[in-house]
Amino acid sequence: MKRFTELIAQLETSNKTNDKIAALVRYFNEANDLDKPYVIAMFTGKRPRRPVSTALIKEWAIELSELPPWLFAESYHSVGDLSETIALILPPPARTTDLPLHQWINALGDLNGKDDESKKDFIVNAWDSLDIQERFIFNKLISGNFRIGVSNKMLVNALAKQSHTESNKIMHSIMGKWKPDEISYQELIEGAHVDTDRSWPYPFCLAYALDSRPDSLGDIKDWQAEWKWDGIRGQIVKRGGELFIWSRGEELVTDQFPELHFLADELEDGTVLDGEILSVKEGKVQSFSVLQQRLNRKTISKGQLEMAPIAFYCYDLLELQGIDQRGKALNIRRKALIEIIKSIKTQGTVVLSPTVEVGSWEELALLRADSRLNNSEGLMLKKLDSLYHSGRKRGDWWKWKINPYTVDTVMIYAQKGSGRRANFYTDYTFAVRDGEQLITIAKAYSGLTDQEIKEVDAFVKKNAIEKFGPVRTVKPELVFEIAFEGIAESKRHKAGLALRFPRIARWRKDKKATEINTLDDLRQLLNSTL
Amino acid sequence: MQGDFYIDPWKPVKLAVTTHGHADHVKWGNDAYLCHELTKPILLHRLGAELNIQTLRYKEKITINGVKLSMFPAGHVIGSAQIRLEYKGEVCVISGDYKVEYDGISTAFEPIKCHTFVSESTFGLPIYKWLPQQVIFDQIGNWVNNNQEQGKTSVLIAYSLGKAQRLINGLSKTDRQIYVHQSIANLNDAFIQAGVALPETIRISPEIRKEELQKGLVIVPPALADGRWIKTLQQAATGVCSGWMQVRAGRRWRSADAGFALSDHADWPGLLSAIKATEAEKVFVTHGFTATFSKYLNEIGIEAEEVKTQYGTEEDEIEIGAPGKPEIKEEAD
Repeated sequence: MKRFTELIAQLETSNKTNDKIAALVRYFNEANDLDKPYVIAMFTGKRPRRPVSTALIKEWAIELSELPPWLFAESYHSVGDLSETIALILPPPARTTDLPLHQWINALGDLNGKDDESKKDFIVNAWDSLDIQERFIFNKLISGNFRIGVSNKMLVNALAKQSHTESNKIMHSIMGKWKPDEISYQELIEGAHVDTDRSWPYPFCLAYALDSRPDSLGDIKDWQAEWKWDGIRGQIVKRGGELFIWSRGEELVTDQFPELHFLADELEDGTVLDGEILSVKEGKVQSFSVLQQRLNRKTISKGQLEMAPIAFYCYDLLELQGIDQRGKALNIRRKALIEIIKSIKTQGTVVLSPTVEVGSWEELALLRADSRLNNSEGLMLKKLDSLYHSGRKRGDWWKWKINPYTVDTVMIYAQKGSGRRANFYTDYTFAVRDGEQLITIAKAYSGLTDQEIKEVDAFVKKNAIEKFGPVRTVKPELVFEIAFEGIAESKRHKAGLALRFPRIARWRKDKKATEINTLDDLRQLLNSTL
Repeated sequence: MQGDFYIDPWKPVKLAVTTHGHADHVKWGNDAYLCHELTKPILLHRLGAELNIQTLRYKEKITINGVKLSMFPAGHVIGSAQIRLEYKGEVCVISGDYKVEYDGISTAFEPIKCHTFVSESTFGLPIYKWLPQQVIFDQIGNWVNNNQEQGKTSVLIAYSLGKAQRLINGLSKTDRQIYVHQSIANLNDAFIQAGVALPETIRISPEIRKEELQKGLVIVPPALADGRWIKTLQQAATGVCSGWMQVRAGRRWRSADAGFALSDHADWPGLLSAIKATEAEKVFVTHGFTATFSKYLNEIGIEAEEVKTQYGTEEDEIEIGAPGKPEIKEEAD
């Protein structure tokens, strides 16, 4: 437990991915072997059943601390985390213990089904033998809810580094079905419970944004134009009878999309497809915000399946009959891809992403202007003789995106940046007007020149109204045009909607705060994109 | 207004009775100052040599316009004092800032029986319970050793007045050379001249090689925490020493690599024990969690009332990383 507590402390004190990975590697080098699978389970969201309710834990903590409940509430308000508040207000521990982490987790698991009195005995005893940091971890073990900024990908990279194993194999292994009390760390790394030789994906071929006129690319006959869909880039791998779906971030997301599982029966072994995971209803591609309801969920309800059904729009063919196709020209791969799509019996779910057929760049530009009508972000331009490169390479593939949406907002909060910008207020929160009120709509920190940052910084320092935390409330005076890629309903935000990829387009020194957009303007936009 | 003097005034007055040398308790422009003899070098250093300063030793008594005034150790920083006032048999004690744990360098806090006690409440919530300072020094020592192994330079962020001397004293046993920023070195010199014994430190200067700093331990004031100088060191790891580091949110607030909950203010048990020891009939609660703390005191049978002050509301001398008060500009150097 002490070593794990140390790991959490290290993960929490750094914002740098490299530091976190280094801390994880050190942990997996040094920790108790039996603990390791539990830690991997915890970080990948495999949660055991919660043995004791929050209400009881809180009640016992208040009783032990001999504090009035209102004072406990005040403390909680100040700390912002229940597990931590309890860890801090309890009397100092009478003893110390250093049970390994897995024993604590198993002991908590054993509490399920016991009466409240036995549960209380166990918890109170535990609290009395752990220091503040360990108590905090222990309370988190009860809730099973660790939010410490370790993504699956980061964990996998650390495990790969620690064990000198390929990261894709580890991703496959830990995303598989296993229980921490039934598998050893070594078996988990080796993927003993799965066949990691089958799942590996190819690196995605990526495109640069087009930064010149399209006619500078030469004859349009040498190019293939496709819609640039606004979903999740994905790779479908079918080998040895098993189906694997990889996301662009090289996370295995097979379980999230049951609609595509039929491919396990209908695709030939040794087939790898590149395409876009989209929500498609009645043949129409939905906006990203619809798809978003389906992402990163542990379980998917029937309602969600109906609200946001999934389809896969195929761009490319990377492997055919077990043979790598990436060294062949695009037009040849495309022909083979068409044949494969034709061979799929189930219609309408896995389809060819259509090419846009036009005779001139001018015609294409006209079609591109209407990209939003089919919920795409613009066009992709791919040279017909291009090979499928690993990663980003200039020249063969281009994204030709449409211009983003924009909204005029006023800055209401500012916060200091980090790194090079640590001494300047560079992170801003923007609001639109809602009747008499200003309502927060986006946070953004990029898009200004150093000179502009200095000007805004001086304004913030002079015009801070209220000093709340590291955040300065400033006089709503500076107007900024915010560019964004999409808009979605959001219960989490006060405005009831959230902008996707908001960033500062420009500082509108020509506009006054009275001239900014209203929340209604954005609601209208939301309704028109759903 | 019998005495016609003010304690830690924030507007210029004729006579400012000064509890200690932190910038939120001392303002420039008073006609005369009355403080403990070890606070005098700080005032001279910070406000200039032309001041009219009268000093007292602990427990020495003077009478001002019929009010008996004396000073008792507050244990907050070197020279910090509680002010005891007596007029017609009524005794009132103003704590200033205080802590009850002896820090090894400031004269230890002494409770004084009184009718009325004015207490601070900076850490007046039960989540603030300090570990013994030796435990924290050991934590810092381990952290420094780890940094050393990883080729990192250990930089502790601490106030020039108080925390810095406490760290120097507590960490001198670790046998690492301690390097201090000039603002700390200047204060140390002032203390040493006034007869305070301080372990030896080296004033940081451009001539000192970064390799030497990496092997030692660097202490700088909060104003430098985000500055450029730290970035010139060999892989600086910063450690903030402040009571606010008790809470994870406080640690995250500061982009420090480590946080050590070491405070010169009383923690929750410290506040309660200090107040009970005064046997005061009435307690006034100033800067900090005034509302919460006074409500609790009333509930446990100690009559209390909150007082609103300006201490700590300015951006120039508050504990590092306080939620809601993140700006730390200690002094203009």
